[in-house]
Amino acid sequence: MNAIELRPLVFAELRKIAPELEEGDVEPGKPLRDQVDLDSMDWLNFLIAVHQRFAVEIAEEDYATLDTLERICELVAARNPDAS
Amino acid sequence: MTRPPVIRKDVAALKLAPNEPAGWDEARRSLDGLPGGGLNIAWEAVERHARGPKAGQVAIRWLPATGAARPITYRELSEASSRFANLLRARGVRKGDAVFVLCARIPELYFAVLGGLKVGAAVSPLFSAFGPEPIATRVNLGRGKVLVTTEALFQKKVAKIAVPMPTLEHVLRVDSPEFRREFEAASPACEVERTEPGDTSFLHFTSGTTGSPKGAVHVHGAVVMHSATGRVALDLHPGDVFWCTADPGWVTGTSYGIVTPLVHGVTSIVDEADFDAARWYRILEEERVSVWYTAPTAIRMLMKAGAELAKQHAFPSLRFVASVGEPLNPEAVWWGMDALGMPIHDNWWQTETGGIMIANTAAMDVKPGSMGRPLPGVEAAIVHRRETGIELETRNDTEGELALRAGWPSMFRGYLDQEERYRKCFVDGWYLTGDLAKRDADGYFWFVGRADDVIKSAGHLIGPFEVESVLMEHPAVAEAGVIGKPDPVVGEVVKAFVSLKAGFTAGEALRMEIMGHARKRLGAAVAPKEIAFSTTLPRTRSGKIMRRLLKARELGLPEGDLSTLEEGA
Repeated sequence: MNAIELRPLVFAELRKIAPELEEGDVEPGKPLRDQVDLDSMDWLNFLIAVHQRFAVEIAEEDYATLDTLERICELVAARNPDAS
Repeated sequence: MTRPPVIRKDVAALKLAPNEPAGWDEARRSLDGLPGGGLNIAWEAVERHARGPKAGQVAIRWLPATGAARPITYRELSEASSRFANLLRARGVRKGDAVFVLCARIPELYFAVLGGLKVGAAVSPLFSAFGPEPIATRVNLGRGKVLVTTEALFQKKVAKIAVPMPTLEHVLRVDSPEFRREFEAASPACEVERTEPGDTSFLHFTSGTTGSPKGAVHVHGAVVMHSATGRVALDLHPGDVFWCTADPGWVTGTSYGIVTPLVHGVTSIVDEADFDAARWYRILEEERVSVWYTAPTAIRMLMKAGAELAKQHAFPSLRFVASVGEPLNPEAVWWGMDALGMPIHDNWWQTETGGIMIANTAAMDVKPGSMGRPLPGVEAAIVHRRETGIELETRNDTEGELALRAGWPSMFRGYLDQEERYRKCFVDGWYLTGDLAKRDADGYFWFVGRADDVIKSAGHLIGPFEVESVLMEHPAVAEAGVIGKPDPVVGEVVKAFVSLKAGFTAGEALRMEIMGHARKRLGAAVAPKEIAFSTTLPRTRSGKIMRRLLKARELGLPEGDLSTLEEGA
């Protein structure tokens, strides 16, 4: 899948952490943590969920750049083109 | 590396000679007092520096989440906080009125807090990760007259779910064009209210096992303690760059993230962004932080991020590292030696004490796992509550409740509207902390646990009752019991057990719905991270939910242990 196709799947993982989210609550290009109430632990759990669900390695150094849904999807698509 | 039980210090070999231990009288002499009499924290923190040789020195170096750093000098901080004070006065805020500040770590938060102190208001910074419910509860308890916030936080936390806050007269949105215009037009000078050492400065809310949060009342006289502890416990020296990572929504972030570094006239780093390991190492290195005050959760997250990341940085400016919020495990102290080249100095205090009471100081040998020894002037003891009063424990290495001889300068002066609850904290001239501890033969204190059910997550106290109340507002929930589940990184995570009303079926969909409900009302920092369904919850004969039994079951403790666990609950 490409980054855009991955969006709803990544969003579904986010929703497991923050079930109060509704469709359309997140603008993919805007900083995620400005839009969703996530503490440090939620954020870490979310990235771990993405790592497990899509079988991609995410290093600590990547965290700072993964600030939007769009960027997370791009990273997943780039590191695992078979992710679906 | 060998890991002896004590890290010996060769004081002569330290980068800078540690400050001599000094008591409160010396701290009092380090303060100026208001011209004409009185004592005001904002004067000691800002005004006296802004009128002297430090006027052009950077007071706060603000690091926005993205973009370039903004240095704010003592003069600028004085002017901006005076503008704020004038805006508050124009809205009728007078000495003793409550001003709540709900902002992320942005410069306006600091302007508002210091401006509020200048007019003599009771200032209460709120954690911006709180949800609407904890915010409204606190504003109502404190009879807030003004709420200072941002447009986004107002929309998310105040407007969307309207919980009535009847005492509020004004909401100032600091990023709105109207506010900006008024702020710029306001006078950069103001008269600092003549407050006395016993006048209210801050309201800090803390959580108890039962009932609503407690509003601890603090006074301007606490600045004596801020000065003394900055000197002895944090070893602040002129020219230091100090970084306290706590949010001002918690007492550490106010006493040590705002007041103490400014009182000492050093430069304070304020980072707007949330924790990020790579960013934090970069800040320590690039901002040349010399004294760092952080928390065990953050340290454990850095440890998790791996030694490789730490090794990419060097910290030649760093001289002293301290930690507070929950006990620092020996592993973390040793990690400090490996990654930062120095031990991490644990210290202990709580919302009610207003400042650091027990500490491993720069000049002391460090015992990893111990909170250290009482600071000069502080008398600490291990006690047992008895029918007739308290009994002082004279034996070493014996568990009991940690108590402090009442009367230190930053001692809280009351719980709002709960005189009885306040009085119960004191017995025979001692303040009982609710923490269980031991003292060893060298006078070092060791934390054992809490005497109550309060949850400590990421260094923050969370009252189980506040969480249970919100859970029970969900239409499907019949009863709820909330515990702290041990977690290797954040200490404890909030876990809820709920039983359902007839007609509702436990399942993933309902769990997510209840979780979403709790998060919307309480905010991510307070809401449960885990919810488990249970057909019934254990209760005492008087109907109280037995949280300790839930916790024992969660931990898989054998039945035989349950009776003892229930004792003292």
